[in-house]
Amino acid sequence: MSILINKNTRLIVQGITGREGIFHTSQMLGYGTQVVAGVTPGKGGEWVLDGKVPVFDTVHRAVDITGANASAIFVPARFASDAILEAADAGVPLIVCITEGIPIQDMMRLRRYLDQQEVRLVGPNSPGLLTPSECKVGIIPGNIAEPGSIGVVSRSGTLTYEVLYALKMEGIGVSTCVGIGGDPINGTSFIDVLGMFEADPHTEKVVIIGEIGGRDEELAAEYISDMMTKQIVAFIAGRTAPPGKRMGHAGAIVEGGTGLAVDKINSLEAVGAAVAEHPGKIPELLK
Amino acid sequence: MKLHEYQSKQLFSKYGVPIPRGRIALTAHEAKSIAQELGGRVVIKAQVLVGGRGKAGGIRLAHTPEEAEEAATQVLGMRINGLPVRKVLVDEAAEIRSEIYLGVTNDRAFFSPVMMASAEGGVDIEEVARTHPDKIVRVCIDPLLGLHEHQARFLAVAIELGRDHWREFIGIACGLYQAFITSDATLAEINPLVITGDNRLLALDGKMVLDDNALFRHSDLAEMRDMDEEEAIEREARRFGLSYVKLDGTIGCMVNGAGLAMATMDVIKLFGGEPANFLDIGGGAGADKVAAALQLILKDPNVKVVMFNIFGGITRCDEVAKGILTALDQIETDLPMVARLVGTNEEEGRRILAAADMVTATSLADAAEKAVAFSEKG
Repeated sequence: MSILINKNTRLIVQGITGREGIFHTSQMLGYGTQVVAGVTPGKGGEWVLDGKVPVFDTVHRAVDITGANASAIFVPARFASDAILEAADAGVPLIVCITEGIPIQDMMRLRRYLDQQEVRLVGPNSPGLLTPSECKVGIIPGNIAEPGSIGVVSRSGTLTYEVLYALKMEGIGVSTCVGIGGDPINGTSFIDVLGMFEADPHTEKVVIIGEIGGRDEELAAEYISDMMTKQIVAFIAGRTAPPGKRMGHAGAIVEGGTGLAVDKINSLEAVGAAVAEHPGKIPELLK
Repeated sequence: MKLHEYQSKQLFSKYGVPIPRGRIALTAHEAKSIAQELGGRVVIKAQVLVGGRGKAGGIRLAHTPEEAEEAATQVLGMRINGLPVRKVLVDEAAEIRSEIYLGVTNDRAFFSPVMMASAEGGVDIEEVARTHPDKIVRVCIDPLLGLHEHQARFLAVAIELGRDHWREFIGIACGLYQAFITSDATLAEINPLVITGDNRLLALDGKMVLDDNALFRHSDLAEMRDMDEEEAIEREARRFGLSYVKLDGTIGCMVNGAGLAMATMDVIKLFGGEPANFLDIGGGAGADKVAAALQLILKDPNVKVVMFNIFGGITRCDEVAKGILTALDQIETDLPMVARLVGTNEEEGRRILAAADMVTATSLADAAEKAVAFSEKG
């Protein structure tokens, strides 16, 4: 079992004919994901990857014809908010935005609109989702995780891979891994994913990978205290980050004394989560 | 991207926010002639993109054009928090009855802009937020509806502004919000917004931070970037699409991915070392970019050892290895290096690196431990 994606997920890829889109589509197909269609305006009617995947001009048409129920977005930043809205308007219930660099004000308007629709946006600036051995949506390397009972949720990309790899090395499997993305405003928060893991009978424990900036980890701690029965192990990146400097991710910045790693660590420890000193320590804290 | 005070105030003024008469001067002589034009008292204000100008003596009052010249001479020779002052704003001095704070920023928790006001203006608002959070009032603004008059009025009433100023205040609040939205800002702030001796509201100081991700649709604003105000090395990094932040330690690190780069710094510190930088080469970096990144690291004279932590996904370990060798061909260095490459094409990467004299590591902790050992040897 898993959350959000599984072997029945029928995926479309927006921006499928771009360099990243086509490469990762082939990776996802190779993993076993059902990529049922791609969308690139102006290229409708073509087929890509040796005729395996049809391309449509609009998401509406792709959904009508293929019955897709999820979309992965690989279009460049300046077109990405339009792509998200297109998927939402076509009724795609799960939208995963890999694109990084969407202006924050676009995201605020978008989030306000999406909250009134029956859709879930994961990202932007997300590495995607992985349900090992069933389905991968996005760019997480498939070979670094085995199926199992640990839920993983993260604001980061490669740091998530580091953690998945550390779990695999210790023979610990994963139910689903969700990358919520490193932007200051995104579609899905830690709390949303924690709720899904709590409800998923096959997830036994949850790993949270947070970082400096914002208060998402603090809110997660409140939620853990109020709602979670499952064990939580966490890692927070950025203890050594200087204030006022953006550390790569648009959302990773300590501003006006808020967003500090130490506050996040203290909040999580206060509600009984085990916080790892470094990613390599996570497996032993799960035992 | 931060804007200078004079740039911010000019933008605010475009949206109807009253600002003092004044202009920018690059020399003391210019400052004198601007003071002459304005007549009467002026304020000479250092234009640097760091806080603490006032405390450092970067803001001076002058009663005559000669005093203005004298003050500008002093301020233009200063360094404030390490940054040289290259220009000053010469503003007409205002008589101040009281000082208000007014600002707009993004509230991450509510996914919306938030406007904040306080009767305690003129001081560090973050300090007020820490010590007297009740003295700051906020309204969340629906990003689809924008700021409404009743919200601005709510702020005016909450900070106990006199009724005779409400109309002006609402106009200023709406102007500031327009400036914030149309410039794709992440912060727009007037501190202080003063009530003058002749009972008008006037934006004495202004600050704006723009969203770098939105600059593609604001070429006019992008041109305002002050190249003098960035660390040369961070500017160089941006040119190559690298994300680099200079730190004070001795262990240079090159990592793919922001979260992993932060975690790498943290692990170095955990093992008793000090990172010299944050450096994210991003996803899918080719050999050229890797070489540029290594050159950047080696430009820092404090660096005693270089640590590579690459988790291959889109980024291929063999490409990174090639980049490292390319850079080492171009630069003379005998600094020790520790490499940890995992993921896509890791074996090929390790084989390429075997040609260089490099210590390899299996895990992040292992790499950090080895790098720290080298840094301690000196």
